[in-house]
Amino acid sequence: MIELISSLVPADIAAHAPALLVVAPMFLAPIAAFMPNGRLAWLLSIIATGVSLIMAIVLLAQVRSIEGGAVLSYAMGGWAPDAGIEFRIDALNSMVLLLVSVIGFLAAIFSWPSVVAEVRDAKRAMFYAAYLVCFTGLCGVASTGDAFNLFVFLEISSIATYVLVALGASRDRRALPAAANYLLMGTIGASFFVVGVGFLYAATGTLNMAELAVRLQDMQGNKAVLAGYAFIFVGLGIKAAMFPLHQWLPNAYAYSPSFVTMFLAATATKVAIYALVRFLFTVFGLEFAFEGSTLIWILMPMGIAAMIACSFQAVFQTDVRRTLAYSSVAQVGYMLLGISIATTAGVSAGMFHLVNHALIKGALFMALAGMVLSYQGTSLNDLKGLGRSAPWTMTAFAIGAVSLIGVPLTAGFQSKFALVNALFEHGWWWAVAVVMFSSLLAVVYMGRILEAVFFRAPSNPNKRRKEAPLLILIPLWILAIANIWVGVQGGFVAGLAEDAAMSLFIGDVS
Amino acid sequence: MKGDHHVILRVVAKVLIPVIALYGFYVHFHGEYSPGGGFQAGVILAVTVILYSLIFGIAPAMRAITPGFARFIAGLGFIIYVGVGIWALATGGNFLDYDALFREEPGGHNGQHVGIIVIEIGVLFAVAGSMVSIFYAFAGRVTEIRDEDW
Repeated sequence: MIELISSLVPADIAAHAPALLVVAPMFLAPIAAFMPNGRLAWLLSIIATGVSLIMAIVLLAQVRSIEGGAVLSYAMGGWAPDAGIEFRIDALNSMVLLLVSVIGFLAAIFSWPSVVAEVRDAKRAMFYAAYLVCFTGLCGVASTGDAFNLFVFLEISSIATYVLVALGASRDRRALPAAANYLLMGTIGASFFVVGVGFLYAATGTLNMAELAVRLQDMQGNKAVLAGYAFIFVGLGIKAAMFPLHQWLPNAYAYSPSFVTMFLAATATKVAIYALVRFLFTVFGLEFAFEGSTLIWILMPMGIAAMIACSFQAVFQTDVRRTLAYSSVAQVGYMLLGISIATTAGVSAGMFHLVNHALIKGALFMALAGMVLSYQGTSLNDLKGLGRSAPWTMTAFAIGAVSLIGVPLTAGFQSKFALVNALFEHGWWWAVAVVMFSSLLAVVYMGRILEAVFFRAPSNPNKRRKEAPLLILIPLWILAIANIWVGVQGGFVAGLAEDAAMSLFIGDVS
Repeated sequence: MKGDHHVILRVVAKVLIPVIALYGFYVHFHGEYSPGGGFQAGVILAVTVILYSLIFGIAPAMRAITPGFARFIAGLGFIIYVGVGIWALATGGNFLDYDALFREEPGGHNGQHVGIIVIEIGVLFAVAGSMVSIFYAFAGRVTEIRDEDW
């Protein structure tokens, strides 16, 4: 199917796919802002994300056209890389781009009913413009090969995100402090990142990531590089909601409009993790002595702490969205644990879980958005008995839930299994026990929700049968079926993750 | 106007605002030869509107440059910028490749000239519009300071 779609795209368009993927939403965003009503802006956002999706598929086909994965380089403005800004697409980029654009496209389709219910009429066109800007930024981060350009795109997406989160204020005023908190934390993260890039630039005199990687090899023990490393690590850690730096996340997810929560949960932290991986493995490289110890003494304990502490916190939440938000931080812990093993199998498991978690949380938050539409609230109490009044929505929710727990035949199982395998291979058997324990906690917190949904009498017996509208149900079921498809036949996504991990280790032996 | 303590402010501002605007355009078009360009010029142009509203009140300023117009300018600038990039794509170059704009022979520099000027105009619009929009968004929320409170 990938080959079919990419063969339909003319060659001279396909040659510019790296640029078009980012440019299409970038160009349509201000046009969407000028639309007289929200519906037209919605259609534009579907077109923009659809173009990006097609371009992402084309890129994937191009990368996979060569055994071992091609590296596509696109010189912005015709300036050759190193001097100019380069868009550099390898197996890892193309995987993240495909993920972001698939989620972005489905999110755009499903958004309309949810946005009508939660965003005021006058703001809808602007809302979609902000969504497209956010999408542009995320795609840009995932395709650029220039460290400073990455910062710019990171800020483009973050600033749009603050706006999107704050727009939840018409449903719940607590969205405003949540957005302000996110703005402060996000800005600190971005500043740390840019300071770190500044240090690297001062030490090496280049901003191109591939060139940085080459020049940094001769700079073992350079103090400026070490400082830059620390700044970048912490800055991207904040953006990725790495364990002690995750405090902005639960509120931002709980109070923003349902559509925004769904999109952010499935993409924003994933892209930040991509950036972290890109800097850890490509720019600094595993020979960087400082890094090996960071992975083992910082990344791994943080990942494990997140898996346990945040799973516990998830158990004690009464608001379902907060439960899922804390669970997101815990799942980030799984990815970090996988990455911290620093073997191909480990990173590949981390990337595999990254994709699967996007599918899982996308489905869960989409189902919740459908529920908010009918019943307003998202507390555990509001969900009681919904299994009977909205069976389609809630069945998809249940599929997402069992996938999150990691029941066999679901996506979550496949990636956790890959992670456990990688841990065993590396001899970290005790970490396997932690993964199991954290999964048990997931059984508890998702089980509480499922029990309320399917086995409790509705707290308000007047609730009539009310499904989410078809516009929500179709993307929701696509994601739910994707969860099962990856679970039964994980080859495609696992292959993407493996190629991505392999591309990081080119030149290294590990 | 009796009891108007802002006479000096108003008169000086009336003289200064056009000069500031002119200086903004100078910074913009001289950006080729000296430090400056669309971003700085956009901020300077926005400053004229902000200064005007500080002295004559936010309401007259919003009548002169409506918030909708400011947002329109901001979006238009963005479209101009990306539009140049797409123009370059359409003529067969890479995104934002000015050399491709007019399909010139090697050695021709028209594309570089025109490209950067159009881009900078886009930046000028986007920055000026955004600055004024941000200012309106903040200033429009609080009650205006009464004369006695100065």
